[in-house]
Amino acid sequence: MNLAEENMISALSEQEITEIEEEISHLPNRQSAAIDALKIVQGYRGWISDESLIAIAKILQMSTEELDGIATFYNLIFRYPVGEKVVLFCDSVSCWLMDGDKVCAAIKRKLKIDYGETTSDGKYTLLPVTCLGDCDHAPAMMIGEELHHDLDAANVAQLFDEPGEKAS
Amino acid sequence: MTDKPLTRNITIGEPTDLSAYEASGGYQAIRSTIGKLSAADVLDMVKDSNLRGRGGAGFPTGMKWSFVPMDKTPDGPKGHKYLVCNADEMEPGAFKDRLILEHDPHQLIEGMILSAYTIDADIGYIFIRGEYHTAAKRLRDAIMEAKLKGYLGENILGTGYSFELYLHSSAGRYICGEETALLNSLEGKRAIPRAKPPFPQVSGLWGRPTIVNNVETLCNITHIVAFGADWFKSLGLGDDSGTKLFGVSGRVKNPGCWELPMGTPIREILEDHAGGMQDGYELKGFLPGGASTDFLLPEHLDLAMDYDTIMKAGSRMGTGTMIILDDKTCPVAMVRNLEMFFARESCGFCTPCREGLPWIYNILDDIENGRGRPEDIEILERQGAFIGAIGNTHCAHAPGAIEPLSSALKFFAEEFNQHIEEQRCPYSHASGPKSGRTH
Ligand SMILES: Cc1cc2nc3c(=O)[nH]c(=O)nc-3n(C[C@H](O)[C@H](O)[C@H](O)COP(=O)(O)O)c2cc1C
Ligand code: SF4
Ligand code: FES
Repeated sequence: MNLAEENMISALSEQEITEIEEEISHLPNRQSAAIDALKIVQGYRGWISDESLIAIAKILQMSTEELDGIATFYNLIFRYPVGEKVVLFCDSVSCWLMDGDKVCAAIKRKLKIDYGETTSDGKYTLLPVTCLGDCDHAPAMMIGEELHHDLDAANVAQLFDEPGEKAS
Repeated sequence: MTDKPLTRNITIGEPTDLSAYEASGGYQAIRSTIGKLSAADVLDMVKDSNLRGRGGAGFPTGMKWSFVPMDKTPDGPKGHKYLVCNADEMEPGAFKDRLILEHDPHQLIEGMILSAYTIDADIGYIFIRGEYHTAAKRLRDAIMEAKLKGYLGENILGTGYSFELYLHSSAGRYICGEETALLNSLEGKRAIPRAKPPFPQVSGLWGRPTIVNNVETLCNITHIVAFGADWFKSLGLGDDSGTKLFGVSGRVKNPGCWELPMGTPIREILEDHAGGMQDGYELKGFLPGGASTDFLLPEHLDLAMDYDTIMKAGSRMGTGTMIILDDKTCPVAMVRNLEMFFARESCGFCTPCREGLPWIYNILDDIENGRGRPEDIEILERQGAFIGAIGNTHCAHAPGAIEPLSSALKFFAEEFNQHIEEQRCPYSHASGPKSGRTH
């Protein structure tokens, strides 16, 4: 490995590299850990920058292009910066039947963003997601890793911090 | 014995931990089976039980397993065989596997150990969708507990049989639930379905024999082994055996998920368990088993929920989780929402699906927004017949997308025509925002 290559891997922390190697250790080849590796790094950094992508590809001994093809296929891997919390709003049928559209419109009004956008204070990114498996409590969404359900357009805004407020 | 084997340990709130699971008889089936019965004996029990896959297609589990080559495989990595649990649960309207994953993780682990033993697999994966954080955490803890107790890992309970189990948390995309796409995803690739043959039973994960089963399917194995095939068959009311996790969502009084005998009449599920329609709403139609099943009508309420009965009525039991269309909701808008989902989740590999589904979505959007043309119905029908025909697309995603569309065109033709004639949606919510898509 030449110096330039080592530098690229050093874009990752020791901890990230250890966790990726741990995944690789029980797989038949290094490339098979691609999705795990992307998720590990994203877990620490929130998203996958070009620099992270190049470093992960090096560790997995695959081309950056191929890894990017994988990264961009999956909707829970972010190749752009996202807010502190990603809001995944279920736009599937059972939530839609229970007025999910109205709830989503209320969220968009509160956060002043549309799908695919991040609030100006960098706190929230809003994305649509496929059925969250909570259809008996529709409409449902996730704020970060937390599931919220039985949502109501009248009070859904309370679930979000006011702009500029410290994240709870 | 119990008539609700899948949910007997489930109380909403805290998950059943190892000691509670063991106290209710958990992990006894492993002790009485591994090293005591041969893999062939267990396979015979599963075949006799008539268990059919709970992931949607209803394929007989014993038959599926019987295609796994059982001759002695070489030692080392070249000799691996795999058992994979499909916990991707992303079918719109489906919310059954999460119930077990979150509340009784050991039930799945024990079912997987017994299933792996039967096909002589030495490595297992639970492929869980990325959004199920609570379930993933509880499964991780449960796998650790089971390992410490000697139920998992090298030389299980001194029997000489070894089975390693790993959890893989996914990174999204509905297509990961298709079993060959799932295998590609587990290999770290894009989740594009594979051509069959070869079937995974012979050449699956990393080219090795692999079985993929749904969460609910694998959980049933423990109970079949513990209580016998005849007991399992006696649970079903009709030809299909066992119980089923049935669910209802939409404008009913008490939406939820219940374990009931296979073959329970739809009316009983809808009226006794889901409490009937909310006041002010009437039943107009329903999707019996998730988004990719054909609509049925109120006239079908007295049918039994089992694979063959629902198939004969022109739909599929699918996941067994019903989605209710009420009389205040526009059927065109509902189908538009469904096709938005299918178009977005197409993996993009084959043209009819990648190009055809957005076309269908756009036409439905036009009709719903008062821009429909008389010829649109024919285009939808023609597209549906083409994309929906098995064999015209690389996997079952596209045919699944057509099931609710073609049945809606048939059952709700009047509504479709009215939209086009009046150039507007006659339902009151029509002025509301469009579903889903960024706009
Ligand atoms: C587009 C598509 C999505 C699917 N999603 C799932 C899923 O989320 N969970 C599941 O168990 N099966 C899903 N299936 C069915 C699987 O391909 C496979 O048949 C199933 O996991 C087999 O398990 P079983 O025999 O236990 O039913 C899907 C199929 C298709 C075509
Ligand atoms: S039918 Fe759709 S999801 Fe299936 S392989 Fe073709 S493009 Fe992909
Ligand atoms: S449709 Fe929204 S949680 Fe299932």
